[in-house]
Amino acid sequence: MDKISTENIDLKVKLLEDFREFESGLNGETKNYFHKIRQDAIGTFNELGFPVKKLEEWKYTNINPILKHDFKTTQHFADSKLSADDIKDFLFQENGVNLLVFVNGQFDEKLSKIITKNDGVFIGSLLKGRVILGEVVEQHFSKYANYKNQSLTALNTAFAKDGAFIYVKRNAAVDEPVHILNISDSRDESYLSQPRNLYIAEEGASVKIVEDYYSIGGKHSFTNAVTEIYCGPNSNLERYKIQSEGEYAYNINTTQVMQEKDSLFSDTTISWGGAITRNNLCAVFNGTNTECHFYGLYLLNGKQHVDNHTLADHAMPNCYSNELYKGIIDDKATGVFNGKIMVREDAQKTNAYQSNGNILLSEDATIYSKPQLEIFADDVKCSHGATTGQLNNEEMFYLRARGIGKEEARILLLNAFAGDVIDSVKIDSLKKKLRNTLSKKLTKEN
Amino acid sequence: MLTIKNLKAKVETDEGGKEILKGLNLQVNAGEVHAIMGPNGSGKSTLASVVTGREGYEVQSGEVLFEGKDLLELSPEDRARQGIFLAFQYPVEIPGVSNTNFLKTAVNEIRKSKGEEPMSSVEFLKMIKEKAKLVNIEPEMLSRYVNVGFSGGEKKRNEIFQLAMLNPKLSILDETDSGLDIDALRTVAEGVNKLRSKENAFIVITHYQRLLDYIVPDFVHVMYDGKIVKSGGKELALHLEEHGYDWITESMLSV
Repeated sequence: MDKISTENIDLKVKLLEDFREFESGLNGETKNYFHKIRQDAIGTFNELGFPVKKLEEWKYTNINPILKHDFKTTQHFADSKLSADDIKDFLFQENGVNLLVFVNGQFDEKLSKIITKNDGVFIGSLLKGRVILGEVVEQHFSKYANYKNQSLTALNTAFAKDGAFIYVKRNAAVDEPVHILNISDSRDESYLSQPRNLYIAEEGASVKIVEDYYSIGGKHSFTNAVTEIYCGPNSNLERYKIQSEGEYAYNINTTQVMQEKDSLFSDTTISWGGAITRNNLCAVFNGTNTECHFYGLYLLNGKQHVDNHTLADHAMPNCYSNELYKGIIDDKATGVFNGKIMVREDAQKTNAYQSNGNILLSEDATIYSKPQLEIFADDVKCSHGATTGQLNNEEMFYLRARGIGKEEARILLLNAFAGDVIDSVKIDSLKKKLRNTLSKKLTKEN
Repeated sequence: MLTIKNLKAKVETDEGGKEILKGLNLQVNAGEVHAIMGPNGSGKSTLASVVTGREGYEVQSGEVLFEGKDLLELSPEDRARQGIFLAFQYPVEIPGVSNTNFLKTAVNEIRKSKGEEPMSSVEFLKMIKEKAKLVNIEPEMLSRYVNVGFSGGEKKRNEIFQLAMLNPKLSILDETDSGLDIDALRTVAEGVNKLRSKENAFIVITHYQRLLDYIVPDFVHVMYDGKIVKSGGKELALHLEEHGYDWITESMLSV
């Protein structure tokens, strides 16, 4: 086991104390399965400590700056002080959407709005879901996101209390997208929010989920989110995760997907903001003929740091995975892409593709791009490609020779570069909002 | 319209640069078509690059005036806005940017530089339709990404289509004929001929006399070793076609 650095000790010790306090406030709940898992998880966190750069998986991401702040945890949260007006700008569509609002990890029922009324569909908070659909939660909770070797997943699991819970029963379809709005409100205090999300699409079910992360306020915030997704046989689940937080926000986000046979899962992860962001995304294929798509876009400036770790785990034959991640990095920002494709012995006839493209706009911008293919089957089609460069001079000259100014040409080319990731978005209103944000960010950069 | 006096220019290389243009003179007036011919490496494309402002070239001496203004001080976009157009020898593919969006941006950027309002969508579509006919451009090509997946002929037609859309004063056609079959060549040449007027001028850079059967020039210049070594009328092109460039190089060497 790696030793934790001395800088880490304060927050770790504080969190362990916080856990005891959290536990003492739970009263009768401490004896159920849910809390048994928490207790086991805090033990793991205590053992592992925060990840250090010596670990291969954290080689390029130093989380020490996060650990210097005195974050308040779950039991110290004040009630949400936000109004409908405060969150207006965070919406991609005002009507025709299910809206779940979480402020510092706590469900804000007043600001939330559920419009899908289908039988067998639950869209709401995990806290409530545990009451109404206790058996379903018990069947899936902490079954996919393994915390035994992931200290931050362990930390989240230890404090697991609330988050978004979406349950779509067999053959049900949720037509209206679900918008989960996570807001870090650090106007008064620095908070550690640990949303615990669970999305379940049973056999033949379909749903589209948009997870947005925003921050307000001038103090630091730390979100350590864990999302577990279960895609039943022949289900279709689309998930969009968009990080739009400000310069004082830290966000570590772990998503673990379990895909049964014939299921289709698609993830789009977009990182616009935040000081340090780490996205872990893993899909495990537990049945044949499953398909998954990973799309990603990161647009970084200042001293931002974004680390995307993905894993497509082909455990069964005849599955398809496709990954496209793109980054535009300016100033002194750093991007990390670590995309792994695992093709296990039984996964014959696997088709797995991966591509990572980066444009560096300044001398001080950095990208660490690491594609990893581990193939143990012999009849597979796999490919990966990574490109990193500056804006293409020939393309620039072609545009400028037509009277298009240098700045306008730059924006046109960068929009085009990032465009195919945004084209993968299947919710029109969201796609439009993302396109606008992209153009605005590209224009603002100079 | 365009006056080039004693132009000397280097192409930047790892070894510090290589002189390509070695004192070139050229005068192009409104309403004229000039053909520039010459063997490979004589500096024809370098001339096009220097006049349009491509990076990677260093002008050492001489001047390039366009309607009395010093062109060499201007950025490529400002030269285009003044009315200079380059039909590229190798048009660039730009994935993600549609032809229509590209042209609309170009048209409006040029209008903006003149203090004009952006063109309305209706007006723009009307113009696109009209100009597309000139060079047999299918409307479907306009919604595709700029030059992506275009055949050689389509790329060259797209260049002339852009020329028609932007309506420049001076157009430089850099080996627009190379790699074209005879049908595509005719289409391109007919397009150019329809756009010729008393107000504009063309510089046609080519290896081959063939194009000049269709775009008949007022003047033919022969470039050799970074200079124009011989100028004449259209009959000079025919002579070159028959006798090659050797007689020129020989007469140069004997000087």
